[in-house]
Amino acid sequence: MCLGIPGEVVDLLDSNRHLAKVDVAGVRRNINIDLLEDENVVPGDWVLIHVGFAMAKIDEEEARRALEGLQLMGQAYSDEVQAVLESQIA
Amino acid sequence: MRFVDEYRDPAAARALVARITELAGDGHYKFMEVCGGHTHTIYRHGIEHLLPTSVELVHGPGCPVCVIPMGRIDDAISVAQAPGVIFTSFGDMMRVPGSRGSLLGAKAQGADVRIVYSPLDALRVAVDNPEQPVVFFAVGFETTSPSTAATVLKARQDGVMNFSVFSNHVTIVPPIKAILDSPDLRLDGFIGPGHVSTVVGQRPYRFVPDEYGKPLVTAGFEPLDILQAIQMLLTQISEGRCCVENQYTRCVSEGGNPRALAILDEVFEVRPQFEWRGLGFIPESALKLRPEFANWDAELRFEVPGVRVADPKACQCGEVLKGAIKPWECKVFGTACTPETPIGTCMVSSEGACAAYYNFGRLHREVAVTMGGPR
Repeated sequence: MCLGIPGEVVDLLDSNRHLAKVDVAGVRRNINIDLLEDENVVPGDWVLIHVGFAMAKIDEEEARRALEGLQLMGQAYSDEVQAVLESQIA
Repeated sequence: MRFVDEYRDPAAARALVARITELAGDGHYKFMEVCGGHTHTIYRHGIEHLLPTSVELVHGPGCPVCVIPMGRIDDAISVAQAPGVIFTSFGDMMRVPGSRGSLLGAKAQGADVRIVYSPLDALRVAVDNPEQPVVFFAVGFETTSPSTAATVLKARQDGVMNFSVFSNHVTIVPPIKAILDSPDLRLDGFIGPGHVSTVVGQRPYRFVPDEYGKPLVTAGFEPLDILQAIQMLLTQISEGRCCVENQYTRCVSEGGNPRALAILDEVFEVRPQFEWRGLGFIPESALKLRPEFANWDAELRFEVPGVRVADPKACQCGEVLKGAIKPWECKVFGTACTPETPIGTCMVSSEGACAAYYNFGRLHREVAVTMGGPR
């Protein structure tokens, strides 16, 4: 449950609700970016996503390495991605 | 070096192992990791096979699923069975056994228990079902607790009054201190947790070198990160230094995430004490909602039995969590206790030491037996 999954921010939605659209493993989902409010997240940024929240801004190289590492985890990774995809944060 | 070819940079891994072997020399060093993600990486990638016998890794209480005591599961089930309640939980918690079964069992018997990925999904369930109380089973270290806190703030902002949180959030520093104070374990240093540290930063760990004279190196989740952290620990020791160092600078800063810490502090306060599976009661080691958020505190809204339940006699999760025994030294490991039918928490989560050993560590067990077992 402590996995963080990298996603690329593609759009900032409602800033009042701290919503952003991210691309996770090729699929777009909403996440909450309240915890990164001070870090001026913009489209094109990569973030580490945990339980529906962006918890850290990361660079593209780290995102790529984290994804490779996660893919090696097999089932635990696919379960987490599946969970992200089933989430309906609005 | 059977596993090393799977690594992102096998040559770098070989060089690190050679350096670790050289630095450890004839000594014997015991390092503890306190992060379920690290435990998973160590077994998944066979890191213990790569290391010389002079370096031993001990797996501490880093998996938040594994440290929840049975009594709290009983409390969760009791809330889930209250009239009209929709109880929401991360999937990992569903099979954790309490004294009278698990949440999965309660669901089978008719309780409305739903798996959610995010506390925000739980909040959405509450918005969609305004006539029913919706409870979120909150577990996790500082990686997860700011998300719960932000969700509670959102519930207040949006006036979602039928939502509440059953908080079982724990904090990372007190168990490290408890382990350092424990007389039956001699450690030479810590591999500090990765994602928890993106939130708390590096400062909270300074007591480890300052008060206990042990080095701590925060590490990332790649096998190379773990190897490099071990090398950094051994380098400190060989140079006579002892401090907090950061191998995971890609994600972790000195001060952590100030906004996450501020939100955490706004919503939660520290409990005087909290029971940890296998470690007993640890003072100031867990979080509950502040009184101004009483409406969203499930412990105030529902009858919570709060009965302390002793762990099953056969289960040695406590010794495993303290690193006093290896998972396979537990009497029920892999026989009565398996990931399909867990007796103890360490066998439930994929980040638990027992489940990781069970899934990936079979070879290690054979190797350890031929070598006469761990010291």
